[in-house]
Amino acid sequence: MTMGKQLIRFLLVAAVFLTLFAIVGDVLATTEPSPTQGIIEGESKIPWWGWPIILFFFTFILGILAVLGGVGGGVLYVPLVSGFFPFHLDFVRGAGLLVALAGALAAGPGLLKRNLASLRLAMPVALIASSCAIIGAMVGLALPANLVQILLGAVIIGIVILLATAKKSDFPDVPQADKLSQTLGIMGIYREESMGKDIDWKIHRTLPGLILFIVIGLMAGMFGLGAGWANIPVLNLLMGAPLKISVATSKFLLSITDTSAAWIYLNSGAVIPLIVVPSILGIMLGSFIGVRILARAKIAIVKWIVIGLLAFAGVRALLKGFGI
Amino acid sequence: MAEQEKISVKASGEQLLYANILEKGMIIGIVVLLVTYAIYVAGILPTFVPVEDVPKYWGMSVANFSHELGTPTGWAWLTSIGKGDYLNFVGIAVLAAVSIFCYAAIVPGLLRKKDTILVVIVILEIVVLCFAASGILKSGGH
Repeated sequence: MTMGKQLIRFLLVAAVFLTLFAIVGDVLATTEPSPTQGIIEGESKIPWWGWPIILFFFTFILGILAVLGGVGGGVLYVPLVSGFFPFHLDFVRGAGLLVALAGALAAGPGLLKRNLASLRLAMPVALIASSCAIIGAMVGLALPANLVQILLGAVIIGIVILLATAKKSDFPDVPQADKLSQTLGIMGIYREESMGKDIDWKIHRTLPGLILFIVIGLMAGMFGLGAGWANIPVLNLLMGAPLKISVATSKFLLSITDTSAAWIYLNSGAVIPLIVVPSILGIMLGSFIGVRILARAKIAIVKWIVIGLLAFAGVRALLKGFGI
Repeated sequence: MAEQEKISVKASGEQLLYANILEKGMIIGIVVLLVTYAIYVAGILPTFVPVEDVPKYWGMSVANFSHELGTPTGWAWLTSIGKGDYLNFVGIAVLAAVSIFCYAAIVPGLLRKKDTILVVIVILEIVVLCFAASGILKSGGH
């Protein structure tokens, strides 16, 4: 069996298990609907120590999918966990940011060393996105939870449409690097293993790209999503970075963008170790596995697995926001 | 103006330095998290919120959670570091802070290369991250 078929089989199995974990967690969480504001008095069928175990395996699979899909753990974690687990959205978003951060920290060093992630491309972008993520986090924590849930669901559906319809270009045509990218020194060469040759790359439309990262940063902080879903289209389709450079740099970029927003959640008390730690450990282990597959993976195959999961999660978030 | 640096298929010196510190910081953070989490769930230290009671409260908003339980915000968690649950914040803080150290580490190299623009970007980023980490900015009033 080829590596591609093995990968597809693994991803399909992983997607099924993720869905099962989420549904089982939802069914067994409590005999009564979980109040979103008060103390949960109903007896859960899962003992307290069961939740960390479920979360660990859940996020392990998310970690692998996140690296290969370049969407960050947060964009899968937040809608799925808030939809099917009994945790308040405030704590899920705080955990989501830390989960996305941890996934990026696990993958980042390898991607930087392989020169798939570009520090020079990431830094100007990160400055804008991380600053705006702080604002997004503060606004997000100040809004009522059901409103955030509805907005989250709408954003997730938008992400699904974006991922499904946006064309991706493995090697965009960039006739000439623009002046801003030349000034910032944003260019490079990387080894494309699937072709066995070195690829020169440069970017253009740098200023419009940087402006878009304002919005990306705001949304990342507000929803705890991590922003990989937006980073890649902007880096790849708008700015013209090769797809693998875009995916890898996006993953590394999350380690900076999510750091700033995560500090806001941490300082606001929106972090519960019983939720966060098993989630972080699971996503990091999954990311370690994912980064070793990325250099040789056919990323297009992963996209549809991620899209399916997100669509499911987005609808669930909308329904939950409307109290259904 | 930055000295002309030959573009290579290999990562630059600063990129490798950043990656190495990021990797070490990540490993330290994870090891600390593993140890402190084990201490927490094993009940070796007293906790601020009994671990078996946490599921009763995690459905609350952060504002209600903090109000109901009197949990610390900002860097006040350091005063509760002897509690098993807040001991975990040490590892979390390490993971959240490692990027700051990575940025700081590459400044000398960039200065040697006279890469002024990138030095400015790096310093601004350090300021942003430190401001976020400072505890001055908090939310959760709903």
